[in-house]
Amino acid sequence: MSITGVRTDQPGQAVLLTGNEAVARGALEAGVGFASSYPGSPTAEVLSILGRLAAEFNLYAEWSINEIVALEGAAAASFAGVRALAVMKPDGLNVAADFLTTLSMSGTGSGLVIFVGDDPHAHSSIKEEDSRYLARLAHVPVLEPATVAEAKEMVKAAFELSETLQHPVIVRGVTRICHASGKVTLGELPPRKKKPFFGKDQRFLTDPGAVAIYHQRQEEKLRRAAEMGEEMPFNRYEGPAGAELLVIGCGPAFLYAREAVEILGLTDRAGLLKLGLTWPLPEKLVLGRLRSAKKVIFAEEIEPVLEENVISLAARHWPAVGKLSFYGKSSGHVAGPGGPGIGELNVDIMVKALAAVAGLPVPEPAAPELIAGEGAASPAQGPPPFAPVPVIDRELAFCPGCPHRASFWAVRAALELDGRHGFVTGDIGCYTLGLGRTGYYLLRTAHCMGASVGVASGLSKLARLGFSQPVVAMIGDSTFFHAAVPALIDARYNQARFLCVVLDNGTTAMTGHQPHPGMGVNAMGEKVPAVAIEEVVAGLGIPFTIQDPYDIKTTTRVVYDLLQQNRLHVLVLRRECALVAARKTKKARVYVDQERCLGDACGCMRFCSRVFSCPACIWDAGAGKARIDETICTGCGVCAANCPQQAIIVEGVE
Amino acid sequence: MAEQITDQTINVIIAGVGGQGNVLASQIVAGAAVKEGLTVAVGETFGASQRGGSVMSHVRITRGREIGPLIPRGKADLVAALEPMECLRVLRVFGNKETRVIMNEHPNYPISVLQGSTAYPSLDDLKAEIGKLARLILSFAATDVARQAGSPVAANVVLTGALAGTGLLPITLDSYRRTITELFTDQAARELNLKAFDLGVREIRDLNKI
Repeated sequence: MSITGVRTDQPGQAVLLTGNEAVARGALEAGVGFASSYPGSPTAEVLSILGRLAAEFNLYAEWSINEIVALEGAAAASFAGVRALAVMKPDGLNVAADFLTTLSMSGTGSGLVIFVGDDPHAHSSIKEEDSRYLARLAHVPVLEPATVAEAKEMVKAAFELSETLQHPVIVRGVTRICHASGKVTLGELPPRKKKPFFGKDQRFLTDPGAVAIYHQRQEEKLRRAAEMGEEMPFNRYEGPAGAELLVIGCGPAFLYAREAVEILGLTDRAGLLKLGLTWPLPEKLVLGRLRSAKKVIFAEEIEPVLEENVISLAARHWPAVGKLSFYGKSSGHVAGPGGPGIGELNVDIMVKALAAVAGLPVPEPAAPELIAGEGAASPAQGPPPFAPVPVIDRELAFCPGCPHRASFWAVRAALELDGRHGFVTGDIGCYTLGLGRTGYYLLRTAHCMGASVGVASGLSKLARLGFSQPVVAMIGDSTFFHAAVPALIDARYNQARFLCVVLDNGTTAMTGHQPHPGMGVNAMGEKVPAVAIEEVVAGLGIPFTIQDPYDIKTTTRVVYDLLQQNRLHVLVLRRECALVAARKTKKARVYVDQERCLGDACGCMRFCSRVFSCPACIWDAGAGKARIDETICTGCGVCAANCPQQAIIVEGVE
Repeated sequence: MAEQITDQTINVIIAGVGGQGNVLASQIVAGAAVKEGLTVAVGETFGASQRGGSVMSHVRITRGREIGPLIPRGKADLVAALEPMECLRVLRVFGNKETRVIMNEHPNYPISVLQGSTAYPSLDDLKAEIGKLARLILSFAATDVARQAGSPVAANVVLTGALAGTGLLPITLDSYRRTITELFTDQAARELNLKAFDLGVREIRDLNKI
């Protein structure tokens, strides 16, 4: 997590980089001149780094309003002779898909690489989406790094491939690349780039009158990519010649499979085919290994993309490859606890799968959970007793001092006061946590960026059919810019009646506090005119109100009053993200006056800890009273307003 | 000083709760390992997990071999835990009878505990259980030590200092300090974290059990 390694101009030096840093470094070593992205985990750090290094490396970097604008910008740079990188998560690739599917028709100029970070297990996502299907749909080649070091090399190679083919290229990372770290050997940083120019004979068109020609060109480029893949160093074979047991893998899953082969003692029997170019397949290379194989097992994350493509390839070459058995997600052999394709892979899953395919027993892990102390030595005694000390699951929660907690509390209170079975539609950001305990289970729908507004709008239009429940859309500031504006225009035009609450914490908090158009600063750290949310809303002709959610009582009344108006209204709940505020302001000291707190005798049902449920409001079981954990309290003081005994004291606030 | 772990692959897990600074701790250990000429693979996540969830970083150290960033079940050599219950959670899956544990005793309560639907186990029970599962447990109040360094939030670096101070890993204290120096460009933050690291080293050596 250090920018030092990315910027160091000492070729040959080994440094520790995260996968995202390695991607940024690879782009710099490839002479990237334009980089764009919308923040999304697990890829958000790539553009953050390039933005910080923009002046130093003479490149342009931007946080775009959304991913399709990011890709359009990157393509423009490529057209004008500048190598360009667009970065996104699979959800973003969906947003960019309309442009991508035409960009692969028009072709590109200088190298254009799209780095996509898929998120197996959805560590920081709403879904486990495999972007390779969309890449295939768009006729775009896919490279998949297995290690952090390879991510850097692959990004460089992807620029070359793109430039050779005049075609966009996708590098698909997964969370265990993006957020992993590893030793990377630095390469040369190229000299200054040439001046961009859109040549007078250059045209990047699609043409409804000549679709066949463009489609033929796409297929031809993929054929060339496959041929080039035969010689790529990222595709390689390890193991005995003529192995009957063949593992085909890509990404970190390949390394899990290799470790599993070692654990099972199969190194003399199993061949390991690592693919870096996974679409289109380097067919000769794969067929060469299939010929000697009898059993083929696949190691890849999320969907069985490689698996399906290899099986399809084998089916076209039955006479040459002979009888083969395939093991993977389709056969159910490569599967975690959730089932095939669900969740991440790891070494243990690959050990289990390989053992089954090779006809070996699964070695017992040495985990104490399974041997549970003394009783373990003698299995004759039956299963060991379950360990008595409980380990409690941790639900995700709004941070201490988070303004969203106050906003959700106020909306919940107002909806209860209103009493017409009103409810909330949700959106994508920290506040998606509003679907759980920390947001009082308020959300009733949650889908993609901007969906809160479109769904709320659609519901309110049912009024003509007799629908009478109030609907509140809750969307964050960055998501508002990304996806809410068209839906709000639709809402006004089509006479929708709902309350759109914009949770404006002044940053893109979920992904690590990247700037957005409302903040007055860009990705390169330059001061720029801010686009105020209320100006956008006013421009759309929609009435709006601005309120500080920390003032819970007023906020509740404002929300209640707006619900009674029964019309389209935008309420901006504005209060800086507590994590950002904590970095720059001296925090107030918040503590419980032990004299005033009545504990369980109060009748408040431990309101501060149990009901409001801020992680900093804890219960002192010894004293039988509330206590504030000062190591995590941000000093927001919102809990103090809720205490019926005024026992929570806030000191030193302005 | 404890005897250095000499396995071909050394598997270290840093466990905690989102927001406690797992990632920084793992970056210090892994960065120092690279300075020693070792090869590392670190597996961790950030993003949603910041918001109060269980987090863990896998740091795998080898002498040149490329490996995946995830440690198999039962294969942790060393667990450094920023929170006691997270220590037990990780140990039950990744520990074995040879696993050494370094642990911060300061608890961080899940919201179900705050709301009273579950009870957080006592520190004594947790330590007893961890002691049964591991070869060695060294625990202290890293959050209090961090407060001496200037901020309770620096408990992650105090614990990293403690980990370094055990001498279990083939990494010199100098490499850790140089890594911290590089990670913090801000002078005040650098000094605070170097101080936290050194207090952690001293604390673990004062425990005098190794």
